[in-house]
Parts: sequence; structure tokens; C-alpha cells
Amino acid sequence: MEKWQDNRAWFLVLPVFVIVAFSAIIPLLTVINYSVQDIFGPGQRVFVGAEWFKEVLGDKRLHAALWRQFLFSGLVLLIEIPLGIIIALTMPKKGWGASASLVTLALPLLIPWNVIGTIWIIFTRPDIGLFGATINKLGMSFDHTASSLDAWVTLMLMEVWHWTPLVALLAYAGLRAIPEAYYQAAKVDGASSWSVFRHIQLPKMRGVLTIAVLLRFMDSFLIYAEPFVLTGGGPGNSTTFLSIYLVKIAVGQFDLGPAAAFSLIYFLIILLFSWLFYQALQNAGKGEG
Amino acid sequence: MGLLLQDVDKIVGREVHLKDISLDLAAGSRNVIIGRTLAGKTSLLRIMAGLDRPASGRITMDGRDITGVSVRKRSVAMVYQQFINYPSLTVYNNIASPLKLAGIDKKQIDRRVRQIAQMLHIENLLDRLPAGLSGGQQQRTAIARALIKETELLLLDEPLVNLDYKLREQLRLELQEIFKRRKAIVVYTTTEPAEALMLGGNIIVMDQGRILQTGPAPNVYHNPITTRVAEVFSDPPINYLEGSIHSGKVILGENICFTLNGRMSDLEAGDYRFGVRSNHFFLNPNGPGDIKISATVELSEINGSETFIHIRHGDTSLVVQNEGVHQIKIGSAISVYVNPSRFFVYDKQGLLKSSPTGRIHQTGAAA
Repeated sequence: MEKWQDNRAWFLVLPVFVIVAFSAIIPLLTVINYSVQDIFGPGQRVFVGAEWFKEVLGDKRLHAALWRQFLFSGLVLLIEIPLGIIIALTMPKKGWGASASLVTLALPLLIPWNVIGTIWIIFTRPDIGLFGATINKLGMSFDHTASSLDAWVTLMLMEVWHWTPLVALLAYAGLRAIPEAYYQAAKVDGASSWSVFRHIQLPKMRGVLTIAVLLRFMDSFLIYAEPFVLTGGGPGNSTTFLSIYLVKIAVGQFDLGPAAAFSLIYFLIILLFSWLFYQALQNAGKGEG
Repeated sequence: MGLLLQDVDKIVGREVHLKDISLDLAAGSRNVIIGRTLAGKTSLLRIMAGLDRPASGRITMDGRDITGVSVRKRSVAMVYQQFINYPSLTVYNNIASPLKLAGIDKKQIDRRVRQIAQMLHIENLLDRLPAGLSGGQQQRTAIARALIKETELLLLDEPLVNLDYKLREQLRLELQEIFKRRKAIVVYTTTEPAEALMLGGNIIVMDQGRILQTGPAPNVYHNPITTRVAEVFSDPPINYLEGSIHSGKVILGENICFTLNGRMSDLEAGDYRFGVRSNHFFLNPNGPGDIKISATVELSEINGSETFIHIRHGDTSLVVQNEGVHQIKIGSAISVYVNPSRFFVYDKQGLLKSSPTGRIHQTGAAA
């Protein structure tokens, strides 16, 4: 009898379970359902097993989009993480300067994603855009609608401008949490500012940097709105990232089966890489000389 | 010779952190700075270390003027209240770091790291990271890091305050042994009178950025020259009874009266404040000279194997430190006894006029 009473605690978990079911589990099950069937219309469907997965995995254009995606996310991490740390290190520690730089940094984060794309379209237009026109005046031809390199440069600039502040804010928070005594101890030891960074600041920022890397990886790997607005995946397929290609299959061609299989693979890739990054960062730099 | 501070002031903005600090710390001496929180202990250590520059004043080390010399060029090591170690370095590399930065060869580093680690009983933890250690082990590592360089000055800023009671006692004993074997000037700060007395050496009593009294630990304990010193250097806090002296008699508290004798007989008539430490109150008379104080119990707390009884006598709150664990009913009437020979007598300005040992050492600056 007493055991039954203890079990009532499960009722308290029920609301969370219901919410998670509707927000994650049921949609995921639907996707799995689509990925193993060929659906012609309501009531007309055939079980096809792993066929869609085979088709998707053999798709050359998807391979290209995947490599493009890795290149993009890799560049994003390589630029934004060090740049964010540098910005955080140079920011004022207190006074009005600290508040002013915090607000200025946070501004790009407040702008909606599709508006960002529009801003940068105008900014980089070769005829009237401040950036595009200036570069062209300097004698270099720059047009993100014509050259794939220019499209990439524009996208990277936009991405770095938009999201480096997040990394900087996280790193700044991590730096501010280091007790003053660490810096004193380093001074007393006669440590250089590089050793202070290497042996105090960087290890102490491990937690926030892990979050920054995971957020920036996941977010850049899922990027959609910005290239969609700015380049629409072009010129050619040069900025067709995974999510843009996925939408083309699912919405453009209405191939729900392959799109569902693609989504699941996409999800698993993100899960795998997030886990790898997490493990790597947890063990990075432990006990080195 | 040794470390000499002359009229050192430290002012931050409009706040005075240190005022008129003059100290002469002999080579090889042990010095304990005692003071409440915000008394200026840490500010003073930072000035001694060279982390901060004094606003005015002069600091010399063995005759060399080091007032403006940066910490990097001084021979100093410091241990902090927080357990400060390099988080990504193993215990071994943490201890070795000051020597590595000094460019000493590997073999010698290895020998000294192992020697110091053994002294602090962390030789089996050398491959571990600080985050995986207990607080006591982390602080041992930090102490080892401070000890490995044979510095002229070793500063410890409340190093044991974040450790639990048992560890604190043990490490304190070990530190005493370690200090004895070193040539450095040791400066140790604490808020606890018991700790200051155990460490011994020179006591420097600080309050509100000033030095109130300096001298050998027992001297300061037996002759706290002002009421403030007595308050800082007593735990539980010293008790005061207001009283006055008239025609050879002392009138104290609520109609307590006794005849002046002995060391107190040359005190002039007037109002005085009589201080007595809690451990000199007893629940039973020990002799015919004891005076009796009638009071009511306000609170009784058990502290280890002792009982602190908070009592009220008229308007005065007193604390009685009683051996053993006792249950005492709150609100009940109680009689406590004290021998008048135990009284510290302060005048209205709070200056010591007579102390139980009879000798008043006017060492150090009076307030």
C-alpha cells in the first residue's frame, strides 16, 4: 500500500512528459514514419524500409552540400571563437566603458535573422551598398550574386558580425568570474601575460567556451534564413547548405520520404559532432606541462 | 635589517585603506596580523608584496628602498584565502611553476618539488589536477607553490579560513613547524585570536586601516592597550562592566562593591571600564576575594566541550565561558564569580590603566 503512495510522485513528472511528447517525441516519430514509407496520398502508402536512406546517402548533391556545410561551420568556429575571446580580453572590466561595450556588442544579436539578410544585401550591393560600392571603387570587382567566392565572403562576414558578439559575451562572463587572487598569484610568481592567458584565463573559460562552441556549431550547421535571403543558395549551388537543400527536396519537390530520411541523418550528424566537441573540450589541456 | 615600513598610507578614491603604518619586521621573524574583516590586513599584505603602491611612505628591505619596485622584481611568495592553483596544471607542475618561470634546471626542480611535496604530505597527488582535490589538498598545493622559492618574504592571507576545523588545526601545526625551519620573514593574517596565539611570534593588531598595537603575542594578549585591541584580541568577545572608583572602593555594575587593593590601588578616583575575559568568569567562587555578579540567563550555547552562557546583569550583557557541556535554562537567575585581579581597567578614553599582569607595555602605536 505504501509503495502505491510513493508512486504518485510520477504524476508530477507527467506535465513535462506531455510537453516533451508533443514538442519532440511525436514530431520525431512522424519523421521516422515518413522516412520508411512512400506516401502517395491520404491512405495510399507503401513501406519501403531503408530505401530512402540509401537514396539520400548516395545523393551527390547532398554530399556536396554536406562538405560545404562542414567548411562553413569549421570556418565559423575557427574565426568566431578566437575573435570572441580576443574581444572579451580587450573589453573594459568596469565603469561606463564596460556597460557601453556590452550594449554595443549585444546589438547584432537583437536583429531578426531574415532582417540580417536584407541588411547585408543592401550593404554589399555593388551599385549602392556601402561595402560593395566601396570595394568596387577600390578597383576590386565584388558581387555576391555573381561570384561564389564573393558570396562566401559576404556570408562569412555577416555570420561573424552577427554571432561573434555571443561568443565575446560568454567569454567576457567567464573572465569576470575569475577571482582577482589568481591574477595576483600569477604576478607574484612572475608569470607573463601569455602564461596568465594560457594557464588561468583559458582553463577558467573552459565551461563557457564549451557552450560557445556547441551553440555556434549547432547554429551554423543549421543555418538557413541568412543564405536563403542573401543568396538563395547561389550562385549555382555554391551556398546551398544542408538546410537549404533539405527545404528544396521537401517543399520544392515534395519528396517527403527522402526529406524525412535526410532530416534524421542531419539530426544524427549534429548529435554526433556536438558530442565529439563536448568530449574534446572536457578533456582539452588537462594536466599538460 | 628586515622589512621596514615607514608611515605607509593607502588611499583608494576617498577611502582610507591604510593610515600611518610603521612596522619593523626583523629578518626571520614570524608576524601575525590580527584584525576583523576590512581592518586592512589584506591591503597591508598587498603593499608588502608590491602588488599595490602605497599612496605615501617608504618601504625598505634590508636597507634597500623597494617602495616602487614591482612584485615581479621582489622576492616574495603569497598564499591566499581562496585555494589558488593553475587549474590546467597538475599538482607537480603547479608546485614547479615558480621555479620554471625562474629558469632553473629540470633536475633541481624535480628534487625540490618532491622535497616540498613530501613536507606537505601531497607526494602521492603529484599527477592530479587541483580541481580533483579536496580543499585541504588544494591549499597544501598552494602553500607548496609559495614555499618552493626561498623568498625573503612569505605572506599568508588567512590561508586556513576556508578549511574545516580539524584540517585547520592540523595544517596550522604543520605550518608552525615549517615556519621555524625557514629564514624568510613570515607574515600571517587572521581574524581569530586563538590562531594568532597558537602561531605566536609578533602580533600586529589592526583596526580600520591602522595598527593599534604590536608586540610579542603573550604581551599583547595580557596587555591590550585599548578597549578596541581587547575586543579584536578576544574570542568570545571581552566583557565590560562600567564602574567607578571612589575613596578606595570600586562600585561596579548593579551595586557590586569591592575594596581597591594591589595593583589597582594607585588608580585615581573617577569612572572606569572594567574588562574581563569570558574564561575568567566562574559559576562557583574560587576564593574569598571573588566578587559575585547576579544576572539572568539570556542564551546558552554549546561550543565543542564548552558552554557559552550569555547573561544579563542590569543593562550589561556578559558572556561566561564554562568548561563542559551544560544545559542551562533560559531566563533563570544565575550567579557568576570573578576575581578582581582578573580585571583590565580602562579609562573613559579606552586606554589601559591596569592589567592583571601589572605591566603595561607601551609598544607600538596607541590609538
